[in-house]
Amino acid sequence: MSNILHTPDPAALRLGTMLPEPFVVVERNEETADTFTLTLCPAGEGAARSFEPGQFNMLYAFGTGESAISISGSPEKTEGLVHTIRRVGTVTSALDRLVLGDVVGVRGPFGSPWPMNEARGRDLVFVSGGIGLAPLRPAILHALAHREDYGRIVILAGARSAPDVIYHEQLHSWMEESGVEVKLTVDQAGSGWHHHVGVVTTLIPRARFDSSNAIAMVCGPEIMMRFTAMELARAGLSDDQIFVTLERNMKCAVGICGHCQFGPGFICRDGPVFRFDRIRHWFSQREI
Amino acid sequence: MTTTLEPLLRQHPLFADMDDDTIHRITGCAKNVRFRSGDVVARQGEAADQFFLIREGRIALEMPAPQGGAARLQTADAGDVVGWSWLVPPYHWHFDLRAVSEVRAFSIDGRCLREKCESDPRFGYQMMKQFSTLVADRLEATRLQLLDLYGSPGPGTHP
Repeated sequence: MSNILHTPDPAALRLGTMLPEPFVVVERNEETADTFTLTLCPAGEGAARSFEPGQFNMLYAFGTGESAISISGSPEKTEGLVHTIRRVGTVTSALDRLVLGDVVGVRGPFGSPWPMNEARGRDLVFVSGGIGLAPLRPAILHALAHREDYGRIVILAGARSAPDVIYHEQLHSWMEESGVEVKLTVDQAGSGWHHHVGVVTTLIPRARFDSSNAIAMVCGPEIMMRFTAMELARAGLSDDQIFVTLERNMKCAVGICGHCQFGPGFICRDGPVFRFDRIRHWFSQREI
Repeated sequence: MTTTLEPLLRQHPLFADMDDDTIHRITGCAKNVRFRSGDVVARQGEAADQFFLIREGRIALEMPAPQGGAARLQTADAGDVVGWSWLVPPYHWHFDLRAVSEVRAFSIDGRCLREKCESDPRFGYQMMKQFSTLVADRLEATRLQLLDLYGSPGPGTHP
């Protein structure tokens, strides 16, 4: 197996990375019944933060705890950190109770980014499942902002049902972009739904891209990513053309505590974005 | 009619690996059909005397939902094949099929094709191989769909 480890960044081990900085909620949008988007700006004189698509922050709901949340806004706009969050546990439920003007602690950004430089001059295939579209959105926005750097852009988005589709309006606006193909599918639908119905993997053979010169970026539940990688392989992509982002409970976010160990590496430090050939072996191990 | 359909049928992904003779035989059972958006293409329980190779547009598989109305279970687009009930007794549709948009398709007469399969086992085996692959792909996709991939994670799995 290829080595999945990155060289640890000594700077990441400095105490400063462990101290949350206060950020204020300046905007809040409801995406679905259990998913919401917060835009955060530094409180007081704090500096805005730049990030690379695919990275995450640790958001601290004071008095409750921290959770690793992908950054889901545009990397071109640094005036606010955008996070789309699904209410699934105690921390995310506490974040869900935040209203405009409330303060949240932020550490980050952490982790490896999507391969936007490596993907230059190539077709981009984004495959998302559910809230998996959130970590992909910065990469999509970056590609759209630098349209001349990339070939065709294919966005294949799956969701449970129509009310569970996040960024609904934005997906439809991307459908109007030249050279951008957006296909939307849900697992459950009524007769009013006019997009696709079925699992997101079934969209891959229907999409148009040059498999010999494409990079695929995939985010969703792990079983969905495993079947997506299989379908991308059937479409002609090799494992080194496929990138996935992994999720685990994280605590320190700098590769010290071991909560997010994945095989010989740590998702917080060596990921969350991995090239598929480097983790394929571990990806298929149920115990990991 | 069939002489003009053959080159068009050849372009359909279902026939990508088929030899000329096989495609010629299938063409003898094929015709062009069109549906308007909202048309019922087939109805559950009716005789499944045909299947469809979609050239343009989208067809949805539907079932009556317990809450009323129709549950849309899957959709099929250009390049897809819709229906294998023509191959399996008692040859009845198990779902409703509805055109979601304007649809252009080839309709293949299932009875005609079954007779050719019976009279030439080699041809019949080729058809069975082709359709068993389709059925296996559809079954795998349906199993994934049943997993409720994007449902709420279990308690305690996320902070």
